[in-house]
Amino acid sequence: MNETGNHMQLKVNGKEHEVEVEEDMPLLWVLRDELGITGPKYGCGITACGACTVHIDGMAIRSCSMPVGDVFGEVTTIEGLGTPDALHAVQAAWIEHQVAQCGYCQSGQIMAAAAFLEVNPDPDDEAIDRALSANLCRCGTYVRVREAVKTAAAKLRGV
Amino acid sequence: MASIGTIARRTFLIGSAAIAGGVAFGYYAYQRPVSNPLTDILGDGETTLNPFIKIDQSGVTIITPRADLGQGAYSIQAALVAEELDIAWEDIRVDPGPPSPSYFNAIVASEGFPAAAWDKGLGASALRGLGSAMSKFMGMQMTGGSTTVPDGFDRMRMAGAVARDVLLSAAAEQSGIAKAELKTKDGAVITPSGDELSYTSLAEAAALIEPPSNVKLKPESEWRYLGKNMRRLDIVEKSTGTAEYGIDVIMPDMVFATVRTNPRFGGGLKKFDASSAEKMRGVIKVVEIDGGVGVLADNTWRAFKAADAIDCDWGSAPYPATSDEQWTEAAASFTEERQDSQFRNEGDVALALDGADLIEAEYKVPYLAHAALEPLNTIVQFKDGQLDIWTGTQIPGIVIQNIASLTGLDADNIKVHVLIGGGSFGRRLEDDYVQQAVQLAMAHQGAPIKMTWSREEDMTHDFPRPMGMARGRGSVKNGKVDAYDLGIAYPSVSASQFGERYGVPLPGPDVTIVAGAWDQPFSIPNYRVTGYRVPPLVPVSSWRSVGASGNGFFHDCFLDELIHAAGADPLEERIRLCWHEPSRKVLETVGEMSNWGSALGENRGRGVAFTFSFGVAAAEVVEVTDTPQGIKIDKVFGAAEVGKVLDPVNIEAQMQGGIIWGLGHAMNAEITYADGMAEQTNYHAFEGMRLYQTPEIEVRALTNGPDLRGIGEPAVPPAAPALANAIFAATGKRIRELPLNKHIDFV
Repeated sequence: MNETGNHMQLKVNGKEHEVEVEEDMPLLWVLRDELGITGPKYGCGITACGACTVHIDGMAIRSCSMPVGDVFGEVTTIEGLGTPDALHAVQAAWIEHQVAQCGYCQSGQIMAAAAFLEVNPDPDDEAIDRALSANLCRCGTYVRVREAVKTAAAKLRGV
Repeated sequence: MASIGTIARRTFLIGSAAIAGGVAFGYYAYQRPVSNPLTDILGDGETTLNPFIKIDQSGVTIITPRADLGQGAYSIQAALVAEELDIAWEDIRVDPGPPSPSYFNAIVASEGFPAAAWDKGLGASALRGLGSAMSKFMGMQMTGGSTTVPDGFDRMRMAGAVARDVLLSAAAEQSGIAKAELKTKDGAVITPSGDELSYTSLAEAAALIEPPSNVKLKPESEWRYLGKNMRRLDIVEKSTGTAEYGIDVIMPDMVFATVRTNPRFGGGLKKFDASSAEKMRGVIKVVEIDGGVGVLADNTWRAFKAADAIDCDWGSAPYPATSDEQWTEAAASFTEERQDSQFRNEGDVALALDGADLIEAEYKVPYLAHAALEPLNTIVQFKDGQLDIWTGTQIPGIVIQNIASLTGLDADNIKVHVLIGGGSFGRRLEDDYVQQAVQLAMAHQGAPIKMTWSREEDMTHDFPRPMGMARGRGSVKNGKVDAYDLGIAYPSVSASQFGERYGVPLPGPDVTIVAGAWDQPFSIPNYRVTGYRVPPLVPVSSWRSVGASGNGFFHDCFLDELIHAAGADPLEERIRLCWHEPSRKVLETVGEMSNWGSALGENRGRGVAFTFSFGVAAAEVVEVTDTPQGIKIDKVFGAAEVGKVLDPVNIEAQMQGGIIWGLGHAMNAEITYADGMAEQTNYHAFEGMRLYQTPEIEVRALTNGPDLRGIGEPAVPPAAPALANAIFAATGKRIRELPLNKHIDFV
């Protein structure tokens, strides 16, 4: 990110944005309140729930605790991962298994799962649990989260 | 004497004729609701056929007045109407509609009376009828008590069928073809020659036709949606980040806001100093509200920061301020003076226990927060004398009443636009957050204001599930449970929620104090359940499965203790004691599913528990391993009696979710108080279950009972006792206090 005073350049979902905010404003609130990108959710503000998960250069990051001044890569939110007309494999698996109940944690779950499958394309239950246990779901969709991750993994591997 | 018999018999005949008539002939009288609230708010080109259906040029919108907090309420309500109206799944649009007495919940209030759902006696029916009358009187449009499906099953299908009927009449008039020769398919009337007359083209004419007084509903064998695997209407939006929750609403010129109120409920604000907060970047205004302060700003994070920077001098808590003091109060409540109810008293408990080998135990459950993942928020705009409120709520009608008295505005000038909720679990049965946002909007008129709570504000102001305590005494005889005497003490949810905050004090005992305990379908020779009312402590509210959430643990674990003392098999003895056929089937089924009685291997254990709540018999078996690092939950089996399976995919989801909710909180979660304030302020200290602790879960919904029931809550209560009973089976350690992790580790 380039910076002049409080003016910052931020690339989100392939699009350049200029924002004029405090450097310590968390990326989450820049996305939500400055840019109107509301897929990433506010849940806890302390990296305890994962609802705010986005990708920075492909890595899953908790945007609620990432100062925007420290963002030096390209940001992808759930809106940039896939759309209703062009679903990412993880989103398609989430729909197939009807994972969501209230759905509020699912943007974060999906972003965490998508980044995880990039590094571990064929995970077992234990690996899935390790990777996604930091994403809190209050409705209790975990059984289907596990199933959907496996379906998505198979699809991404072309099995 | 004959008269009582006659009345009882007549009541029975009327009741059964209504049911049998429906089954035999498929005709239902269509009671038209008091009014159609849609007529007042129709837009250009929109037509309404009844309170549940709106049609415009682009298609049909189904009104779904029960809120969707994640439990799938919109989809099942839409399916009930669409099944009869005959529209294609992909064409369904839903809208929660305006708050209106026409959408009253006939069933939810009846759960507040001491009539167990299995009790079909005259007295019980009369009590339930009183609840229904009162609910209608209050216009109580409430989402709760697992009632959406049973309340809507006939009413919403009839709405669809009546609308279809007038559309057919309109098509007959327009085409000159006899109505009997016309059919419908996917939003259109089809003529014998195959011509299609779309509902949108017929709607205006159909709206002028007097609806029929009775309609024929489809037989179950012809259902195309109900009973089949339906795709949730919101599943694509919720998987692509495009679902709009309250917290996501963006409006032109919107102001962002937050509040900070005294974390000691009702303690008030003595004084505050906002001088440094007012100078912070983006801050528009600091406003004093009931019990605290609000900050209006140009960004939520800036509002959070400024609110933190306000120096507040809070008043002290108007209740015992520490958990220790609160437990002392609860422990002192097992007295005649504080006795609230004794709905069950069979045999002679005192006589049976006299001289018997007495088994005694004391149980405790903690306060628990709802802690839905979407922090509470509301958008309010006060402009030109009109107050518009957008929020996720389970009580839109009560919100209007409360806001009218808060602001002095006429209820006609207050509009509530209901949004989906990012979870609730009962929390949105309160409207404190709405009242706060309205106070901000009144102080800053014109612009829409989006007020969002920080997680810390949410966690520390969560009208929690009450803490409670139970004392059991019992005895066994000849290998059987002979006497069971359970006293249960809680502060009253009904007095706090209905009395203090709805302004509807419910007379008589608070059924929630003993729900899930007094109403269990067991025949024990000497059997007594007594409720005691602890004086008000922290304000409390309804939490997923309400009284049964703690009472399932109390009642079933103590029963398990007696069964073990009798040397009986935990499952077999429960089955032997259970007189209610559908409940017994649930127990037998969960036994089959779990292969009960088979060898588990070393360091492993299996526990069963049963709770009848919200009209649903639910039984669960939990299997655990006692590892060197702690208890691991391996597998859970759950069975529940729902009467009819309308939405199999969602029933499975609700049962899995209910089990995870029950287990997670039983293992890990509590809210404790120090200096009048909740000590847990965020998810690091209160989190329920995480993925790594989630076992395999297998569930089954049974349909042996006569009544259609909802499943959002009933899977919760048996989870905690099944786990505690399994831990006892594996380790010999009987844990009588939740959360269990105070006494044992989990991996």
